[in-house]
Amino acid sequence: MNTPGVYTVCIVLPMSIGHALLGLLESGPRHGYDLKRAYDERFGQDRPLHYGQVYSTLSRLLKNGLVTEAGVEAGEGPERKRYAITDAGVTDVERWLSTPEKPEPYLQNTLYAKVVLALLSGRSATEVLDTQRAAHLATMRELTRRKVDGDLADQLICDFALFHLEADLRWLELTAARVDQLAEEVTR
Amino acid sequence: MSLLRAEGLTKSFGKTHALEGAGITIRAGEVVAVMGPSGSGKSTLLHCLAGILPPDSGTVHYGDRELTAMNDGERSELRRTEFGFVFQFGQLVPELTCLENVALPLRLSGMKRKDAERAARDWLGRLEVDGVADQRPGETSGGQGQRVAVARALVTGPKVIFADEPTGALDSLNGERVMHLLTTAARETGAAVVLVTHEPRVAAYSDREVVVRDGRSRDVEFAR
Repeated sequence: MNTPGVYTVCIVLPMSIGHALLGLLESGPRHGYDLKRAYDERFGQDRPLHYGQVYSTLSRLLKNGLVTEAGVEAGEGPERKRYAITDAGVTDVERWLSTPEKPEPYLQNTLYAKVVLALLSGRSATEVLDTQRAAHLATMRELTRRKVDGDLADQLICDFALFHLEADLRWLELTAARVDQLAEEVTR
Repeated sequence: MSLLRAEGLTKSFGKTHALEGAGITIRAGEVVAVMGPSGSGKSTLLHCLAGILPPDSGTVHYGDRELTAMNDGERSELRRTEFGFVFQFGQLVPELTCLENVALPLRLSGMKRKDAERAARDWLGRLEVDGVADQRPGETSGGQGQRVAVARALVTGPKVIFADEPTGALDSLNGERVMHLLTTAARETGAAVVLVTHEPRVAAYSDREVVVRDGRSRDVEFAR
């Protein structure tokens, strides 16, 4: 699949690798290399997992009783130990899936600070907002192109990023419309 | 070389100043999003560019011809032969079938019915709505109706398509489908698109954007 990486990186990657690996193990035992490949293919976008991350995550899951060793596979490669998910692991995945993510205000603090600092220093806050707006729309164009050329997975991933960027853009527009009012307040 | 160029446009409606020195340049074959808050003057700018509304002052050039110096008849001829229009809704003739609607601009230019309907059917196919050819607009869904409207805008082979909130009455999925088909068809035929929208996701189908605020326009370019 074509993997968009521009904005999705900051949204998709902070996901819990442990939970993702547990989820991948639900369909059956796998060894570390296989897990890494499955993760990269589905969620890695343009930032694949390091082997170190995979093995340190697996050893933590093992210690917490969420996975168990399920034999060693003969063959080439650095690690052929197979891991299976335990009942506690399945419960943990279920809990993770049913708990909403914290709605994060991705950019607003930085942008708000830039606008206020521009106003305080007598610079153009509209310029700051328009520059950001153009950068946002450029990214949205790129994601739209990827979406149009991509399969359903690409479309859904790009749409997620597009809706978030659109929310940022709406904030930029609203702030631009109220920049004079904000200038009065911050310089009072 | 610009295809369409407006400079110093002003337009007032009573005491409301819709445009206060707006300008814009459209090059052949590009898709330009005109964005801005409600009441910023973006639709008025589109209407002045398309020769629908005469500005109070300022000029609009189409190639080397000054649109703002033409009389009503010349402007209307230009609109019919060189421009295509897609609005939010209400643009199809309700008494005609979708096929007849798309064939209408060609019939008005004197094309024979059979030839006009053959071209119309081809465009309905390209917009993936050949299935509604024999239905009246009232019998189609919003998304299908807009695709029929896009087919009608493109059937005459215009150089510029003016689209004023073309997805404004559609849900996200249908709106994006219309935008994809509209921009793909325009790029294939080399038509420029002037797209007025307040929706960033719709504007993302464009090549660049112009922002209108308080009746003034501003190119917002982003260099990577």
